[in-house]
Amino acid sequence: MVDSIKDRNVNISIVLLRVFIGWHFLYEGVIKLFNPEWTSFGYLASAQGPLKPFFSLLISPSVIGWVDVLNMAALIIVGVAFTLGVFEKKGAIVAIGLLALYYLAHPPFPWLDQLNTEGNYWFVNKNLIELIACILIYNFPTGHYFGLNYFIKRKPIKT
Amino acid sequence: MKWSRRDLLKGLGGLPILGAVWWAGAANTVYNRRGRSEILQQLNISPSLPPMVPNIGGEPIKVGIIGFGIRGEQLCRSLGFATKEWMEEMKAEAEIDPKNKALEDFLNQDKLNVKLVGVCDVFDVNAERAIRSFSTPENKVKRYDTYQEMIHSGEVEAVVIATPDHWHAPISIEALNNNIHVYVEKPMTHTVDETYSLRTAAEQSKAIFAVGHQHRQTLSFKTAKDIVEKGTLGHVSLIQTNTNRNDDNGAWNYDIHSKANPDTIDWEQFLGSAPKIPFNKNHFFRWRKWWAYGSGLSGDLLTHDYDRLNCVLNMGIPHSVSASGGIYTHNDGRDVPDVLQVNMEFPEFSTGSSQAQGKEKGMTFCYSATLGNAFSRPTILMGHDATMELGNTLTVWPDMASTRYAEMLEAEKMLPHIPIYQYNPGANVPDAISSATSQYFADKGLMWTYINGERVDSTFLHMREWLSAIKNDGNVSCGIKEGFEEAIAAHMAGLSWKLGRKIAWDAEKEVIKPIAGVDFDEVLLSSGEPEILPVTTEQL
Repeated sequence: MVDSIKDRNVNISIVLLRVFIGWHFLYEGVIKLFNPEWTSFGYLASAQGPLKPFFSLLISPSVIGWVDVLNMAALIIVGVAFTLGVFEKKGAIVAIGLLALYYLAHPPFPWLDQLNTEGNYWFVNKNLIELIACILIYNFPTGHYFGLNYFIKRKPIKT
Repeated sequence: MKWSRRDLLKGLGGLPILGAVWWAGAANTVYNRRGRSEILQQLNISPSLPPMVPNIGGEPIKVGIIGFGIRGEQLCRSLGFATKEWMEEMKAEAEIDPKNKALEDFLNQDKLNVKLVGVCDVFDVNAERAIRSFSTPENKVKRYDTYQEMIHSGEVEAVVIATPDHWHAPISIEALNNNIHVYVEKPMTHTVDETYSLRTAAEQSKAIFAVGHQHRQTLSFKTAKDIVEKGTLGHVSLIQTNTNRNDDNGAWNYDIHSKANPDTIDWEQFLGSAPKIPFNKNHFFRWRKWWAYGSGLSGDLLTHDYDRLNCVLNMGIPHSVSASGGIYTHNDGRDVPDVLQVNMEFPEFSTGSSQAQGKEKGMTFCYSATLGNAFSRPTILMGHDATMELGNTLTVWPDMASTRYAEMLEAEKMLPHIPIYQYNPGANVPDAISSATSQYFADKGLMWTYINGERVDSTFLHMREWLSAIKNDGNVSCGIKEGFEEAIAAHMAGLSWKLGRKIAWDAEKEVIKPIAGVDFDEVLLSSGEPEILPVTTEQL
């Protein structure tokens, strides 16, 4: 039996989570878009952990420009998809990928120096938690409940 | 299809959120950027570009190296000649630690138009290593037993001098008198008298004379000069600069070679003007620890810091110098202090004022050194309007009581703890004002000095400048004027420590103000505890 009140509460909770994550991504993306001096060089140059050689490749002069543009575009795409509730599954995949990269560039492993972090972390940090939240959004899309998908879902229904 | 209000709310509800976030992000960034560009416009600083020197064309310059110890080897690498031993060692180190790019950087270094034709070293092992490494079938490196032989051989056009300090001036003078170009390590001279003789020789010679203060090539120092000249810092009243070391190498306890003995070392020649003492490996390899051959912190390391600031401020010889310190951490028989504090006074010097004219004048240059602690103390220039931290990167913070920035500070467009300017030759953006975060990344040593995408060392640039000046009759950035100022300032510091009193400079007569009954060079070369002299009124 479906408990419609519970169902509604779950929907609202996930919508809030989705919109707020979208908000976070969008704001980060827009800040970078409007600031031509921004570059991910510092973040990548100081990468640590097992994927350090990979991140070091990304800072070579011919690549870093693309990395910056792609990062900015991905942030904005996820931000728009989540706040508007459209293509959220695809958005969630992009978000999971981005967050995984952020996590792996500066993993909070106890044997690594923690560079420039504002909290204390042991394996789990905010990036990882947001990543898990994006997995939830991937599995429970709510665009049909609150978002542009509401109309897409309504389309086939003839009134 | 009919849309109810509820439908629109549920379907399009995200739009206003998206719009609000987008607007907030854009407005915030544009506002911050406008603030930054306002500051940058007001500062009007031109970040320095990599130096351009005319080509070293034509026939290769025939260079001889005099002194092939630790520094001599380093200088040869900058000329493009690395020993086989060093190459193998660096190859092995790069295999263990891929971050070690010493060999890669050396191989990528531009080739200078140089033919290394001769070597002169009183230690057979050093001389033979150079010959073995640098000789080719077409060019056999020749060993000269004495520097005179090399200079008069007719085979050498230029010499690089990396001997102990007490040999710097005699060899430089001999070379200049014979119109042989000279690149000499710092300090330029070992005594006060030599400083004048060397200046005369350099002025009368057709040869190009350069002192090895390679940091003059560092881009951040050139930018710092622009910052000071534009009045960004206001009047600088105090400079704090330091040497902080805490290891054997830093305390000049270099390795003693196993093959060193009276048969492999020409001991008499090493001693030269120094007191005649029996053969002593400790003195030979660790000569920096005795006044007889070196000059300890004042001549060896203060000169670096003095010249780093002199190339930014052009402050010249101090009006007076007082020094204190002692042998407090390395009681190993040395007679040079291992802790030294030097205050140089420049009462007439001014970097300009943002206040009423004449209000701000005078500066103290404070050098503080210990060989017993390696905690990093940065070089700081303290001005009325701003403070500059000067290193490979350069950062400027506004002063909370600045006159020049009062309005911007009041409007919170500037904050005392946020840098208003940061210069980092390795960063993507040459003149970005940055947040504390990127300052952090820069401090971590993540950025390098790149020229056309390749990491280069300043000694290479310094030698290239000298060689280009030889070929094109150009100027060097650290010539006899700069070397003279460096040497006199260092000798004043050494004398002050030894005599326990203030040493003053007579700028008109261009002499260190005499002290009755004191022979400055005798004092400078003497070993033993400093002598505390009473001060008479006429000497003040």
